[in-house]
Amino acid sequence: MVTYNLIGAGLIVIGAGIGLGQIGGKAMEGIARQPEAAGKIQTAMIIIAALLEGLAFGALFLGK
Amino acid sequence: MKVAQKTVKFLTTVVIALFTTIGFALDSDTKYDSSNDGGRVNTKTEVEEYILHHLKDSHDFSLWSYTNDDGERKHVGFPLPVILWTSEGLVTFMSSEFHHNDDGHVIVEKKGLKFAKIHSKIYELDKDATVAVFDKEHHATNAQKTFDLSITKSVFGLLLIGVLMLLWFSKLARQYKTKKIPTGFGRVLEPLVLYVRDEIARPNIGEKHYRRFTGYLLTVFFFIWILNLAGLTPLGFNVTGQIAVTACLAAFTLVIYTFSGNKEYWMHMIWMPGVPVLFRPILAVIELIGALIIKPFSLLVRLFANISAGHIVIMSLIAIMFTLKESLGVVGATGLSLVLSFFILLIEILVAFLQAYIFTMLSALFIGMAVAEHSEAH
Amino acid sequence: METLLNDFSPGLFVVSTILLLALIALMVKFAWKPILNSLEERESGIKDALAAADNARKEMQNLQADNAKLVKEARAEREEMMKEAREIREKMIAEAKEDATEVTTKLIETAQASIKQEKQAALAEIKKSVADLSISIAESVIKRELSSKEDQLELVEGILKDITLN
Repeated sequence: MVTYNLIGAGLIVIGAGIGLGQIGGKAMEGIARQPEAAGKIQTAMIIIAALLEGLAFGALFLGK
Repeated sequence: MKVAQKTVKFLTTVVIALFTTIGFALDSDTKYDSSNDGGRVNTKTEVEEYILHHLKDSHDFSLWSYTNDDGERKHVGFPLPVILWTSEGLVTFMSSEFHHNDDGHVIVEKKGLKFAKIHSKIYELDKDATVAVFDKEHHATNAQKTFDLSITKSVFGLLLIGVLMLLWFSKLARQYKTKKIPTGFGRVLEPLVLYVRDEIARPNIGEKHYRRFTGYLLTVFFFIWILNLAGLTPLGFNVTGQIAVTACLAAFTLVIYTFSGNKEYWMHMIWMPGVPVLFRPILAVIELIGALIIKPFSLLVRLFANISAGHIVIMSLIAIMFTLKESLGVVGATGLSLVLSFFILLIEILVAFLQAYIFTMLSALFIGMAVAEHSEAH
Repeated sequence: METLLNDFSPGLFVVSTILLLALIALMVKFAWKPILNSLEERESGIKDALAAADNARKEMQNLQADNAKLVKEARAEREEMMKEAREIREKMIAEAKEDATEVTTKLIETAQASIKQEKQAALAEIKKSVADLSISIAESVIKRELSSKEDQLELVEGILKDITLN
């Protein structure tokens, strides 16, 4: 039982990690391409990351 | 003016001094010594228990505890009042009556009711029971949870930070009466207020409506931020890591954006224009679940989980000092623990701000969605 | 989920709701409203001040333009005046010249006329005196006894010598 939960948690973390990496990486690319839009990109990035985080945490707690 | 300034300064200093140099309110409990070596935390399981205990709310404000030469366990801190709503009405007593016991062995009798504290929760024992009986998973079998309105550590922290915020910001407000530019601490607070107004409220809610919600957003922002930071001090607050508190904050945001939503917002929620009629009820269900459950749930869980996780990580890293003592030696384990916890603490300071920012930002975003006026047809 | 629900304390929820509501109300009343109002006041003050400065600058520019215009006008007026003066002078000179020539011509004319008259008078006088002379010569000739031709010539010459023709 506990092991299954841990496997699930691991899967969630992997998924969230991939997602956060995508968000961060694309945001960096965007900032590199348009440094003057850095502020806006950062805000959008944080919001999306927060949404993803909420999803991941929700899943983690559902499994706990 | 001068007097008010001095009062604020004085109170702030007193509050800080109270928690850093506290040496009074010593009370000992020799009756219950659950562990053989005087309640010291040494092993891995003990550390785990200690951390889990910390994450929960507690009914007394204990700063640290030690075992004196006589083998007595001493707790430094002060008790907080317990207020319970029970079958017999309101019951109040000081938490010191539990003698820092947390596993249900100390029974407090009030108004003919018996109370036991088990894992930071106060249970009301059944009428005929004299001791708490536990099942295999350490759940009490002969006791019910009470409706606990106590001034717990979290409530105490909430009150404290609330009073501090009121003092700081009303002082800033008073400063504007006499001069255009604040001085002293107000100079730190003003840009923060401007930041929340110009970077969070205005762009997300829109020029037309942001004024109505700025007060709420500012309160929430500073409340969360200051409490997050207070949680990183050795005072041991974990207010924003209490799911009840974050749920309360999320509920406020939910109520605000639900009740300030305009016709268009509800139209898009319940009967989405521009999609085939067949899909509209399905979309309505999805939208309603999203707006009423997922949004507030993500708000409350995010804050709670981030702060709890931060506390767990910091405390675990501090606990390296004890758990790795054998393999690394005292100096090695202490050094490793100090370095690691220092860097995590720095990250946590960032997280403290970030979570306050994200909570406020998402609240503003949700409110903005509810009050936005779409000019274009979808 | 079970742990999450187990951790949730309804009492704390109620207490924190009440406290937060109070906190929000108090903060809005005693802190945010006055702070935001004064901030907005200050911002609008700054905006007004900037606008005023802009206006002042514009006015200054206008004033400068006006000044330049005035100077230009004054210069034009002066020039016109100068031109008029020059014209008047020239006119006056021309008139004076004209007058002078008129006067001189008149003078010359009168002079010429008087000279002519004098000349005529003189000629008439000469004529008269020549006639008189001739008559007197003739008289004296006749009067004297003209014995010889030589005497006669001597006499004529003498007379002619005496009479100086004027």
